[in-house]
Amino acid sequence: MTDLILILIGTVLVNNFVLVRFLGLCPFMGVSKNIEAAAGMSMATAFVLTLSSAASYLLHEYVLLPLQLEYLRTIAFILVIAASVQFTELMVRRLSPLLDQVLGIFIPLIATNCAVLGVAILNVQEAKGFVQSVFFGFGAALGFALVLIMFAAIRERLDASDVPLSFRGTAIALMTAGIMSLAFMGFSGMARM
Amino acid sequence: MQFSRRDAPFVTPSQSVPVIMQQVLFALIPAALAHVWYFGFGFVLNLLVAAIFCAAGEYFMLRLRKRAIEQFLYDYSAMVTAALIAFALPSLTPWWVTATASLFAIVVAKHLYGGLGFNIFNPAMAGYVVVLVAFPLDLNLWTAPRMGDLDYHYLTFSEIARYTLTGTFPDYLSFDAISRATPLDSVKSGLVGMQTFQELQTLPMMGDFGGRGWEWIGNFTAMGGGWLLLRKIIRWQIPLGVFAGLLLPAGIMYLLQPGIHASPGFYLFSGGTILCAFFIATDPVSAATSDRGRLVYGFGIGFLIYAIRRWGSYADGVAFAVLLMNMATPAIDYLTRPRIVGHVKDERKT
Repeated sequence: MTDLILILIGTVLVNNFVLVRFLGLCPFMGVSKNIEAAAGMSMATAFVLTLSSAASYLLHEYVLLPLQLEYLRTIAFILVIAASVQFTELMVRRLSPLLDQVLGIFIPLIATNCAVLGVAILNVQEAKGFVQSVFFGFGAALGFALVLIMFAAIRERLDASDVPLSFRGTAIALMTAGIMSLAFMGFSGMARM
Repeated sequence: MQFSRRDAPFVTPSQSVPVIMQQVLFALIPAALAHVWYFGFGFVLNLLVAAIFCAAGEYFMLRLRKRAIEQFLYDYSAMVTAALIAFALPSLTPWWVTATASLFAIVVAKHLYGGLGFNIFNPAMAGYVVVLVAFPLDLNLWTAPRMGDLDYHYLTFSEIARYTLTGTFPDYLSFDAISRATPLDSVKSGLVGMQTFQELQTLPMMGDFGGRGWEWIGNFTAMGGGWLLLRKIIRWQIPLGVFAGLLLPAGIMYLLQPGIHASPGFYLFSGGTILCAFFIATDPVSAATSDRGRLVYGFGIGFLIYAIRRWGSYADGVAFAVLLMNMATPAIDYLTRPRIVGHVKDERKT
């Protein structure tokens, strides 16, 4: 139980995938223009990340390892991720047409979110168990959601700010991401296992 | 784009920005005197360097952005930033470190975000964190507070000025002879090294609650803070939130296992806790705007300070905690918009 909590704290705060490991920056910049879209994207990513980290763990443990096909790891994981993104897209379209409209193009973007592949590969590298892998994926998604929603709220405020012309939009957003990343260095050293 | 743009109610309408900032500076005077008494003239030099570079950065950016220079340069907000940077830095700091912090604070954290009233992050803390990450060694050089120790070499003015200007000591002095671990540092490494807090409290650097000297600086800072509270320049929610967020977890942990956790009094009276609660966290621009939001914001800062001091690798977490809650502020404001909190019915009636 303690190690699961530590995994959560570790992935959400200490080794946040966006601000500390710098993975998943494309949706971080792309879908952070308003809070609703960011929240929807966070939920979709959380779903995909948890699902794909479970699936990729099972695939690695019960298919690739016994058949000694570890060298196919990256391709196999990409397939699994693509499949779970497709699955999520179908689910969203059926369950919530509104969310589908808001997210639209961004759901396929999850497939190219390097955080998703990063989680799958880190899971295998650090040789965690099944439950730990699922928590690792879920924690990564929580951390992603946390910073994405905070960032979206900041950007909404920045839109109304008197930012110098040459820094409007992406430039000031990138600077903000940098300062956020600096602030996250404060968590370094926590949740050592 | 739908979101509220309330003005921060820290400011009563009769008071203007320069008046407020002047009063904040006045309130910092007792703390500054205490700081000079315990840590020497380095503080004054740091303040001077920070003030020069903050003013220069402000002037430069106002010119580039073609804003009214007189109006903004004389509103003292850059001086408050400079003062907070000087408080955060050790009294022995080479001038280029202070200058980096000041310029980053004013140019990047303040003016690139639109200047006074728009900055997302507290400029002083952003500048401090940048130098903390960029010059970690320089920011570790704290001298011992003046408490009448006979065997300790208290620096003369020329030695301090030489270090501030060149970053070197005269031949007869060395880094090791001057620097002392701060109480937060010693307690953190002591607790990691399996010493009990009660053993650590017998160290010569420890006072009644926090470190010697530090706790008196804390008292003088609290005096200024109390004056600001009385003048209603700051509201009580944020200081209360910071203290509660720090003392509740610290108190609970201390009651459960008094040996391996430092006491809440220690955390309150060491490092920058009190300065943070009254002067840093209460920055009206980067703090949350609703009353409930301010409590949450303050509590978050207090809790993060505790978490970073207790479990993180940095000795003091004030700057990080403030920046982390600054970035959560727009989301806190979004979530604590008054109409969400059961006010829906009232709004419909009116």
